[in-house]
Amino acid sequence: MTLEQAKFEYLLRLGDSSLIIGHRLSEWCGHGPILEEDIALINIALDFVGNATSLLTYAAQVEGKGRTEDDLAYLRNERDYRNLLLTEQPNGDYAMTIARQFLYDVYTYFLYEELKNSKDETIAAIAVKSHKEITYHLRHTTEWMYRLGDGTEESHQRLQNGLNELWMFTSDLFDMDEVDAILIKAGIAPDLNKIKEAWEKRVKEVVAEATLQLPTSIAKQKGSREGKHTEHLGYLLAEMQYLPRTYPTAKW
Amino acid sequence: MSDTQWPLWEVFVQANPGIPHKHVGNVHAADAEMAIQNARDVYTRRSEGISIWVVPAAAISASSPEDQGAFFEPSNDKPYRHPTFYKIPEGVKYL
Amino acid sequence: MEDSKKIEEFEAKIAAGQKIEPKDWMPEAYRKQLIRMMSQHAHSEIVGMLPEGNWITRAPSLRRKAILLAKVQDEAGHGLYLYSATETLGIDRTELLSQLHTGKAKYSSIFNYPTLTWADIGAIGWLVDGAAIMNQTALARGSYGPYSRAMVRICKEESFHNRQGYEIMMHLAQGTPEQKEMAQDALNRWWWPAIMMLGPSDDQSPNSEQLMRWKVKMESNDAIRQRFIDRTVPQAEFIGLTIPDKDLKFDAATGHYTHGPINWEEFFEVIKGNGPCNAKRLKARTDADKKGRWVREAAVAYAAKREKEKLIA
Ligand SMILES: [Fe+2]
Ligand SMILES: [Fe+2]
Ligand SMILES: [Fe+2]
Repeated sequence: MTLEQAKFEYLLRLGDSSLIIGHRLSEWCGHGPILEEDIALINIALDFVGNATSLLTYAAQVEGKGRTEDDLAYLRNERDYRNLLLTEQPNGDYAMTIARQFLYDVYTYFLYEELKNSKDETIAAIAVKSHKEITYHLRHTTEWMYRLGDGTEESHQRLQNGLNELWMFTSDLFDMDEVDAILIKAGIAPDLNKIKEAWEKRVKEVVAEATLQLPTSIAKQKGSREGKHTEHLGYLLAEMQYLPRTYPTAKW
Repeated sequence: MSDTQWPLWEVFVQANPGIPHKHVGNVHAADAEMAIQNARDVYTRRSEGISIWVVPAAAISASSPEDQGAFFEPSNDKPYRHPTFYKIPEGVKYL
Repeated sequence: MEDSKKIEEFEAKIAAGQKIEPKDWMPEAYRKQLIRMMSQHAHSEIVGMLPEGNWITRAPSLRRKAILLAKVQDEAGHGLYLYSATETLGIDRTELLSQLHTGKAKYSSIFNYPTLTWADIGAIGWLVDGAAIMNQTALARGSYGPYSRAMVRICKEESFHNRQGYEIMMHLAQGTPEQKEMAQDALNRWWWPAIMMLGPSDDQSPNSEQLMRWKVKMESNDAIRQRFIDRTVPQAEFIGLTIPDKDLKFDAATGHYTHGPINWEEFFEVIKGNGPCNAKRLKARTDADKKGRWVREAAVAYAAKREKEKLIA
C-alpha cells in the first residue's frame, strides 16, 4: 500500500464517520425533546456535514481519479463505507443518542487534537477548525451525560441502557491496521493506543460523575476498517443516496 | 412533577470587543450552562457575538411605564449636563 | 383613568408610530389578538420544520444537505423568537404548546401539504418562504415592540431561505427532462396553497379595520397576495416554468397580474383539519413533546440537585 492509498483510506474513515453521525443527528430535526435542543442538535449535525465535506473533498483529491466529494458520499456501497460502527447505530431514545454522541465526541476530541499536528498540512488545517467544533460538542454532550445520569431515576436508567448497548462498538474505535502503521510512520496520523488511554480516562471520569456504571460487557465488535458494518448502514445509505442513484446524470 | 419548558433566561450578546452587551432575546433552559449554550445556538448562528451573558428572567426588576414621568422627565430640564449647552468662542481648540 | 381615556392614549401612541411594550397598558382585545396571531406564527415555524425536515436525510448533495439543515434550523430559531415574544404578553410556552397539541391553536395551512419530491424543497423555499416574507416585512412595522423586533430579525434571515429555494428550482428547471418535470410538478402542487396561505379575502375577515388601526395587521391579505403574485410570476417565467393558472394575465393598465378564482373551500377544509397532512403533523409534534418529557424533567431534577448543593456548601 502506498502512502497516498493509505491517506485516502484514512480520510474516508474520518469523513464517513462525520457524515454518518451527522446524518443520524439530523434525523432528530423537528423531533427533539425541546425546541432549544432541536436547534443545538441541528447545529452539531451541521458541523459534521461541513467536516465530512472537507474530508471527502480532500480524499477525492488524494485519490486523483476525478471523483468529487459527492461521488464519494453518494455513489459508494455499504462495503466501501469506512465509518465507525458506533456512528451508524440508530438514534433510539434521547439517552441513546447522547450516549453515542458522548463516546464519539471524547474519541474525536483526542484524535483531532493529535491531528492538528499532522505532517499533512491539509489534514492539520481541517483538524484545527474541527477541534474547535468538537470542543463545543463534547461540552454539550458531557453536560447532558450529567443531567441524564444524575437527573431522575428514569433518565438514569435510560442512559445506562444506552451506554450498555453501545459499549460493544467501542473497540472498533481503536482498531488499527496497515493504514495506521504507514501514516503513523509518516507523522500524518496518531497512534490510536495513545488516544485510547485518554479516551478511557475521560469516559471513566464522566461516567462516574454522572453516577453511572462503566459497562462490563466483553462483547467486542469490529469491522469498520474493512467495511464490515452492522445492518443499519444499508438502510441509511439507501435513504441518503437515492436521488443521485436514481438520476445518475442529474446535477442538483 | 408537572411538565415544564424550563425557566426563562434573558440573553445579552456582545457583538464586538469594547462595546456593551446588548439584550437580544431569551431562551428556556434548566440551568445557567445550558442557557449559555442555548443562547449561543439561537442568537449567534451568524457570527453575531463574541461574548454571552444570561440572566434568569425572574431576577430582573424593571421600572414600570407609570414611573416614566417621575423617573425620566426631571432630567429633561437639565440641559447643562450636555456639552452643547456651553458656548465656546471660535478658535478655542480641544475643548 | 377610565378605559376610554386609556384606549384613546393607546391609540394616539400607535398613530404616532410608537411601539407598545410588554408592561404598557393595552386593551384586552389587543393582547388576545396578538397572542392568537403570534402563537399561530410561532407554531407555523415549528410545524413548518416537518415537511422540509422530511428531506434532510435525502438531500441530493452535501452542499444541499448543509443548506437545508441551516434553513430548517433557522425556522426553529424563528419559532423560538416568536414564542419568546408571545411570552411577554403573560402566557408561557407550556400553555402555548398545549394549545397547539390540543388543536385549539392553529398554524399556517400550507404545512399540511406533503413534500413528495425533492423539488418540493425548492418550491417551499421559493414560494412559501417568499409569501411569508411579504407578510413578515409588513408585520415588522407592527405596533407591538417584541413582535416587531422578532420580525425584523426573522426577515433578515428569510431572504436566504427564499433564494436557496429558487436556486434549487433553477437547477431543476435547467436540468434533465425528468428534473424539469419534477420542478413543474412541484410548482403545480404548491402554487395555489401558497396563494391561499396569505389568508382569506378581506371581505371575509370581520375585524380587519380595528386590527389595522392598532397596527396588529399592517396590510390587507389581498394586497400582500397581489404583491406576491406580481413578484413571483416573472421569476417563474425566467426559469421557464409555468404558473398553473390559465386565467393569469398581466394587466398593463394597472401594472398588476390578475389571477383565476381561488379555491377557498379547500383552504377552509385544510384549516379545519382536513388537509392531507394535518393529523400527521400534529402527531409528530405531540409525539416529540411526549418523548421529550422525561428529558425535560431530568434536566430540571439535575438543576435542582445542584442548587441544593450550592445552598449546603
Ligand atoms: Fe417560515
Ligand atoms: Fe421562518
Ligand atoms: Fe423561512
